Amino acid sequence: MDWFFIITSLLKITILLGVILFMVSYAVYAERRVSAFIQDRLGPNRVGPAGLLQPIADMFKLLLKEDFTPRSANTFYYSLAPGLAVAPAIITIAVVPFGSTLFGVPMVVADVNVGIFFVFAISSLGVYGIVIGGWASNSKYPFLGAIRSSAQMLSYELSLGLAVIPVFLLVGNLRLTSVVRYQIEHGWFIAAFVGDWMNPWKWLLAIPMIISFLVFMIAIFAETNRLPFDLPEAEQELAGGYNTEYSSMKFALYFLGEYAAMITGSAVVVTLFFGGWHFPGIPDGYHGWVFGLINIAVFFTKVAVVIFVFMWVRWTLPRFRWDQLMRLGWLFFFEIALVNIFLVAGILAYGPRL
Amino acid sequence: MPNEPAVQMFNVQIDGVWHRFPKGTRVIEACEQVGVFVPRYCYHKMLSSPGNCRMCLIEMGFPRLGPDRKPELGTDGKPIINWMPRPQICCAQDVAEGIAVRTDSPLVKECQRGVMEFLLINHPLDCPICDQAGECRLQEFSVDYGTSQSRFLENKVKKPKAVQVGPRVTLDDERCILCSRCIRFCQEIAHDDVLGFVDRGSHTVLTAHPGKSLDNNYSLNTVDICPVGALTSTDFRFKMRVWFLKETKSICTSCATGCNTVIGTREDVIYRQTPRENDDVNSCWMCDYGRLNYKYLEAEDRLLEPRIRSDGKLVPADWPTAIGQAALHLKQFAASEIAIVASGRMTNEELWLTAQLASSLGVKCIDIVPRRGRGDKILLSKDRNPNTNGVRLILGSRSAPGAKLMAIADAVRSGEIKALVILKENAMHLGLSVEELARLPALIVMNILRNAATEKASVVLPACGFAEKRGSMVNGKGRLQRLNRATRPPGNARDDWEILRDLLQGIDGGDSLHSIEDVFRRIRETVPQFAGLSLSKIGDLGVHILKIEELPATHPSDEEAIEQAIAVQAARRSVRSDLDRAYANPAESITRQAEAQTAPRR
Amino acid sequence: MAITVPRPRLTWRERWYLPTIAAGLAITFKHFKNTLLGRTKVTMEYPEQKWDAHLPDYYRGAPALVSDAGGRVRCVACQLCEFICPPRAIKIIPGEIPPGDRFAKVEKFPQEFDIDMIRCIYCGMCEEVCPEQAIFLRKDYAITGFTRADMVHHKEKLLEIGGVMHGVVLKWNEKK
Repeated sequence: MDWFFIITSLLKITILLGVILFMVSYAVYAERRVSAFIQDRLGPNRVGPAGLLQPIADMFKLLLKEDFTPRSANTFYYSLAPGLAVAPAIITIAVVPFGSTLFGVPMVVADVNVGIFFVFAISSLGVYGIVIGGWASNSKYPFLGAIRSSAQMLSYELSLGLAVIPVFLLVGNLRLTSVVRYQIEHGWFIAAFVGDWMNPWKWLLAIPMIISFLVFMIAIFAETNRLPFDLPEAEQELAGGYNTEYSSMKFALYFLGEYAAMITGSAVVVTLFFGGWHFPGIPDGYHGWVFGLINIAVFFTKVAVVIFVFMWVRWTLPRFRWDQLMRLGWLFFFEIALVNIFLVAGILAYGPRL
Repeated sequence: MPNEPAVQMFNVQIDGVWHRFPKGTRVIEACEQVGVFVPRYCYHKMLSSPGNCRMCLIEMGFPRLGPDRKPELGTDGKPIINWMPRPQICCAQDVAEGIAVRTDSPLVKECQRGVMEFLLINHPLDCPICDQAGECRLQEFSVDYGTSQSRFLENKVKKPKAVQVGPRVTLDDERCILCSRCIRFCQEIAHDDVLGFVDRGSHTVLTAHPGKSLDNNYSLNTVDICPVGALTSTDFRFKMRVWFLKETKSICTSCATGCNTVIGTREDVIYRQTPRENDDVNSCWMCDYGRLNYKYLEAEDRLLEPRIRSDGKLVPADWPTAIGQAALHLKQFAASEIAIVASGRMTNEELWLTAQLASSLGVKCIDIVPRRGRGDKILLSKDRNPNTNGVRLILGSRSAPGAKLMAIADAVRSGEIKALVILKENAMHLGLSVEELARLPALIVMNILRNAATEKASVVLPACGFAEKRGSMVNGKGRLQRLNRATRPPGNARDDWEILRDLLQGIDGGDSLHSIEDVFRRIRETVPQFAGLSLSKIGDLGVHILKIEELPATHPSDEEAIEQAIAVQAARRSVRSDLDRAYANPAESITRQAEAQTAPRR
Repeated sequence: MAITVPRPRLTWRERWYLPTIAAGLAITFKHFKNTLLGRTKVTMEYPEQKWDAHLPDYYRGAPALVSDAGGRVRCVACQLCEFICPPRAIKIIPGEIPPGDRFAKVEKFPQEFDIDMIRCIYCGMCEEVCPEQAIFLRKDYAITGFTRADMVHHKEKLLEIGGVMHGVVLKWNEKK
């Protein structure tokens, strides 16, 4: 292990963390603006030009609020839980390649060979933050929210895992950089036929890949507790769900965790189905640091678009009922993802090498 | 009443239904007794009927007599009525055999409408200003019997406004409807003929006779009976609208008569006291002195928080500390070194607790301060303590109230008494000087107002005035009556019985008295006259518990003893005669009522 | 009693839901786009733009006391508004007009007249109940203050908002 590697890694971690936190705060702002626009309103537009300083004002507001702990709460777990909710969401981003290279340094914090497993393993821990927070609050609504959350995450974890298997059947490798590399060579999984229009097998492959993408996307919605799957924090039914008893910075951490999870989820979706940092016609970082920067910009632009989709869906669809949610997860997406695997496997077995 | 001769009963038909009434009943009363209301202004059941307002016009008739001087019967077996062609007033007409009355015929309604219109011709439309609005007969009957439109186009007659007919009564002649109730009250009840009508027709005005003033001690009753806003209380005038007042039934505590009252309050401020009808006590009246004797409850020098003496100075303390300190003081002296001076203004419950306090300390030296004043033949009693009879019953003293006071004062002076408990009285009235009081090792004072003696006390316990507490008192005629709480005590002042209860429990360690009902229950067990009663059973009008022969007035020896005691006291001090001044002019003597409150003299 | 709401029977294509979801997304995107491009304009940006010129006649703003053309405070402290006020926002301390005064025959005036604008609900009952046409709801709506005490409108403030009212019943004029 050489110093260069350690220093560049630390640098990458610091900058990436900063970028993620920045994105979280502006995702909140964006969410408010997008929702406002969808509802023909204006949204926050007072703090700074076009309200761009609103996240800073929000941060101060949250900092200055009373940090209240219910008397009957289990203080240790109550304080621990918000941290548990944030950490996994941010750690997950470590294995996601957010660029090609910059000055020869690969733009991924940890290029582990079990990349997607790492993503699933760590992001599943996020449920602990919610469950422990809901339980430690010692209050009805948070507890119900926590129970809903744990059941929901368990159910959709399954579809999530099954939905990405076709990707790895194609790539033959769990390393996320390899997934990106494969897509650069064979076309994005979401539309592999682009550029290779005449290949019928690629057209055939697009069907299971789109199904895979939809199931994965929907499962990510459920995993991040976003509408239409935000049952754990349903304001109308549960007065806010697991975070009912939280205030001030602890509440802010939950908020942060939720948006960080959404950003991470978007990053994973981009990596798996949208070619990561790749954009047709733009060479990678080996051809100059400018291209390296452009690759990073391309990646975050894609992430931003997916985040917009998250918000767009949230302000369009109503919340599912609990039984509908479970039914959808277990009787629909699980089966579809499972059949989809065989479909891809069949194409791979009988088709040409893609 | 089986022993009395049978009253002659008459058959009277009211609105088609036959009833029987005793001789002497006025027709308007007969109607009222059977639930038929006839509007009236000049009629008042305690006064004579001049019949000058014409509001109570009805149709009247007599049975048609046949040739045999017997009433002719109709097909229904009832006499046939010959109706009189013109309406009659029913307030000045006594019932007679066979008369018939119609109160709701078209003629009657037309008459009522006409009378209302006449009354309103010159009556100003200043209800937003008039104090009577809300309890004004003219307003009410105008709605019930009048028309909604005025046909009167000419200018209204101008009459004097804001006339001071007496020191406590302001007259607005424009509003007067000339019912003459006030004139009759002054003649018949107050026996002070000062009011009368002058001039004629529309220009008739009510006025005091030349050189006279409506200054008798019952002048404010004219305000009560005035059906409109002509006579107003100078004290209450423009202070508060009547519809805001919370009305609490209570009794007046300014003398032994114990007139039944209604205390009008809003947000813990007393605005007025008015008499409440009780035919066994005060009829419909009360005296001005008692009526206005409430201002001291809002005086500047109200004691607002308990204080204890620390390093020679009185410092504020919380209640447990003050009570504890008082109990500590009392426990360190022998029974023979303690004296208790209670008050004839305390309720039975407070007196009983005082008696318990005395008996648990073993104190024999206990008495009240007698308070005498000039009485009259109407309501005001010579005894200005409202509960002297309660003291007799509950403290059970054989001697006359006040007989031991001199002895107590002497013992304080000589140093025999080391601890003095003064409850609701001014220690100065024992004839002790401030220096002599200051020399006392322990002086525990429970009072309402600050005075020279409270400043020398070891412990000061702020208590409640009569309008701030519940309890019962026995009036001069032996009637047990109830006080009700109209306002909350100011500051940190506390209900007297609670203070005494806590003090008692601080000394004997008991804890069985939780409510004032508990105390009354204990009185019931120990005092035979209270047997079978409870605070709620007393009711709003009270119950007689003493027979006439038990009353002190029938004991001339008692009376003499009191007179003597007072004479000796009076000789020892030269005092200003505050109370007499207060009696002569209660409205002006409010600020120093504190002194008057506590000054026993005749 | 339980009521069974009949649910529509959907064809298998409808049960697929995706077209409807897509249609929904299209609608919301259309709104998003139109607002973003400034084609939809619903919100009024308050401090810069105001309704003031377009307030309807029946608009109920801050209650205020009015004077008549002769400069007299029309209120005679009858306290009916204090009585009717549902949130008990009004507090009046009546006073007596001294005998020498020009309006001495009116006898009564409000010594203090406070309306607690934190409590006021702008219902207009005071205006409706007033027998002297002395209290009116004006069009002021931006009632602000830094303390609770600031939010109490005293008599002076109420008269300032109210101003002089012409053309009302003159019950207390000189002739009467």
